[in-house]
Amino acid sequence: MSAHDSTPHDSGKDVVVHTPDGLPDRFSNPGHPEHHLRRSDQDPRANKRAELQVVGLFLISVIGTIGFLVAYFTVTPAGTPSSIRNSNLLLGLGMFFGLMGIGLAAVHWAKSLMNDHEKSEERHELRSPEPVRVQAVDVIKEGVADSAIGRRGVLKGAMISALALFPLSIVVPLIGNVGGNWNVSTLKHTMWKKGTRLTIDPTGRPVKASDLTIGSVFHIIPEGLDTTAQPLEEKAKAIVLLIRLDPRDLKIAPDRVGWSYDGIIAYSKICTHVGCPVALYEQQTHHLLCPCHQSTFDVADGAKVVFGPAKRPLPQLPITVDSEGYLVAQSDFHEPVGPSFWERLK
Amino acid sequence: MTTTDSAFPGPVDYLDQRTGLGSAIKTFARKIFPDHWSFLLGEIALYSFVVILISGVFLTMFFVPSMNETVYHGAWASMQGVTMSEAFKSTLDLSFEVRGGLLMRQIHHWAALIFMAAIVTHMMRVFFTGAFRKPREVNWVVGFVLMILGLAAGFSGYSLPDDVLSGNGLRITDGVVLSLPIIGSYLSYFIFGGQFPGTQLIPRLFTVHVLLVPGLILALIGLHLFFVVLHKHTQYPGSGRTDKNVVGFPLFPIYVAKAGGFFFIVFGVIALMAALFTINPVWNYGPFDPSLVSAGAQPDWYMLFLEGALRLTPGQLEVVVAGFTIPLNVIIPAMVVPGILFTALAAYPFIEAYATGDKREHHVLDRPRNVPVRTSFGVALLTAFMILILAGSNDIIATQFQLSINDITSVFRVLLFVGPVFAFWITKRTCLALQRKDRELVLHGHETGSIVRFASGEYIEVHTPLNEHERWLRVSYEAHRPIEIAPAEDSRGVIRQGYRRDRLRQRVSQLFYEDRVEPVTPTELAAAQSHGAHDAIAPPREDLDHVESQPVGGGQHFVAPISQVTPDERNL
Repeated sequence: MSAHDSTPHDSGKDVVVHTPDGLPDRFSNPGHPEHHLRRSDQDPRANKRAELQVVGLFLISVIGTIGFLVAYFTVTPAGTPSSIRNSNLLLGLGMFFGLMGIGLAAVHWAKSLMNDHEKSEERHELRSPEPVRVQAVDVIKEGVADSAIGRRGVLKGAMISALALFPLSIVVPLIGNVGGNWNVSTLKHTMWKKGTRLTIDPTGRPVKASDLTIGSVFHIIPEGLDTTAQPLEEKAKAIVLLIRLDPRDLKIAPDRVGWSYDGIIAYSKICTHVGCPVALYEQQTHHLLCPCHQSTFDVADGAKVVFGPAKRPLPQLPITVDSEGYLVAQSDFHEPVGPSFWERLK
Repeated sequence: MTTTDSAFPGPVDYLDQRTGLGSAIKTFARKIFPDHWSFLLGEIALYSFVVILISGVFLTMFFVPSMNETVYHGAWASMQGVTMSEAFKSTLDLSFEVRGGLLMRQIHHWAALIFMAAIVTHMMRVFFTGAFRKPREVNWVVGFVLMILGLAAGFSGYSLPDDVLSGNGLRITDGVVLSLPIIGSYLSYFIFGGQFPGTQLIPRLFTVHVLLVPGLILALIGLHLFFVVLHKHTQYPGSGRTDKNVVGFPLFPIYVAKAGGFFFIVFGVIALMAALFTINPVWNYGPFDPSLVSAGAQPDWYMLFLEGALRLTPGQLEVVVAGFTIPLNVIIPAMVVPGILFTALAAYPFIEAYATGDKREHHVLDRPRNVPVRTSFGVALLTAFMILILAGSNDIIATQFQLSINDITSVFRVLLFVGPVFAFWITKRTCLALQRKDRELVLHGHETGSIVRFASGEYIEVHTPLNEHERWLRVSYEAHRPIEIAPAEDSRGVIRQGYRRDRLRQRVSQLFYEDRVEPVTPTELAAAQSHGAHDAIAPPREDLDHVESQPVGGGQHFVAPISQVTPDERNL
């Protein structure tokens, strides 16, 4: 047995330590409290009543399940919200009564009719007795001796090498294929290039500068997005918010002169925090708010972060108009869009 | 083969000869389990998992885990002609065209939320009552892994319908994965099979969701329950209960009926919720499109704390070192914060054992007040968790209460640090106060509310002493003391080896057990009852004949006959 038998605070011990005044060191366990009879133990009518209640609960379950079946065959969801709602409600209620009746009946039965005398069972320490431990060690020693693994170093090394290498035949093909082409540099570029027209998401209609009034916001995709090999992946990087401000409100950084056109300015719609589409534009303050984590960008001032968990401004797409008056990109973004990653500046 | 002389009828005899069923029945049928409502929390987790399996099998019959695009021409009018993935379309179809399909989908989702809630509350019960102590530390870790797997199951399932809301959840996941130094972009490709969103993710998540994670959960539930049977269940402190026995009711028939019935109750409540409350109406959100997002978007509740941490961390933390970007504004909330929360949780039993230096087996639970630092630590951890959950709802709070989102976020940033400290302090003081209250009760008895005036003019209140069962509940605990260590130097002044390690352990131990309230001893009770007897008191008036002539507790209290006391059966 473990050392605790000698400590004075063990409630399970038999030796009582006495203080100088003759009283024990601690109170002793008074033993099981007296058992109280239930009404159904004393009164036959209460007992009968409880039994009827249990029967009644089981019957409720039967009725619930029948109700479920009736609802299944008679209430047809016909595509309208109300018919779907009714079907769901009636099926669910039927199932509820079908299940709840059984559950309450069983619990009520146990609590009111079954023997409720508490019983006590001994616990045994989990630790193996010392002789068993000795035997266990002997058994292992015997096995080790039988295999002679201790003396055969080369064999051991060969076995470990074989076992360590064999998973490669599963892992290598998995790793090789699981990441597609593994070309992570595509994260840094979008399909925007010089002359790509800005078109409305999702119709693909090209936009002229005159389509935008001051304060208006367009959700923009690059022309020809639908004909690319992976439209969703391209869209996930290339989506742009096109906003027209009063040119007097616009603060243009020296290295971005000529990137906007007459107060029309284009920013990546992908948040630089963790990549949600930045969707909420507040016209009065020129603030863009990401609804996911509330990063707030100042559209009038290079989409700089004014609040929230993002660090970097939204990348700006340099735009101009082509000979037909349509808004076009001057180039791709000058930096990777979306969330930050380790090698984004490399 | 003759069965006539056997106690077993034919079929049972057949099985017993091949499985040894008889011994198992003999061992387990009447196994004793203690009874308490808080033991039901783990059962809710188990049963909701069964409900998840049943409803999940139903759903797999109709769900198509594919990101191939298709055009919807089904029953739901507002989605007519919309291009969507087959996953989204099949979700609409199984909701609107499979009769009972919507009910099953809602049962599945509600059960998943309840599964996680039950796991977390069950963990709280185990934590606050010290049920994780020896020999159950390993089972605590098994349960902890089950919680993590529950998160994985929930998250992978939540994303399957390929709707806008879950799609943005995946996009956030991608952003978090990308933030990892060096391997981030490769890990993102690993998960999505290339660039986000790709066409691989839904089939992959489906396999994770219906095979990998549930398989692991089932295996670990098996292990978890095996340990419960092996260790025998813990029991709350009370008369007749010790670390060497288990007091309760037999498995058959009491728990077959009660626990079996409780399965149907849990299932029934989930069915009722699915009947009455809409959950995850993806038909309102629409299919995933990387340019769309909805305001007021929230993940399922168990992911909210991560969302909150992401919302709170200021962007300034992103740094560039030697040209490499390290987005600490994402790494800290998405990796470090949950890392700290989870590591603290998983390691706690071992930390406490280290501080206590206690190698004994414990089967009688602690009342939370009797281990103030543990209880306070748990409350502090929960406070941080709750603040993060609230922070994950800061947009909802802002719109519902007309508050500035910036102010709310700033307040939560401060609260995340101040709140847990404050919660720790207030909980610790509360625990110590409750322990003192217990002492007071044991020493002086219950207040009766009857006031007595003596001829001398003195007023006192009559107290009734606790019966032995009430008293035992309040004195049976053990107030751990800080570990005592050997001095730093031996008699010759030589620094002892290992002193610094011991000193650290003693410091931790002091942190835990420096402030403590010892249980009342028989000597103290005897002293309290005799104390004040020297105060000469006028004989009791006739109408107060139930009052004993011996005042108790410094002459301030009288003791009424014990027969008036009703047994106090509360355990907490």
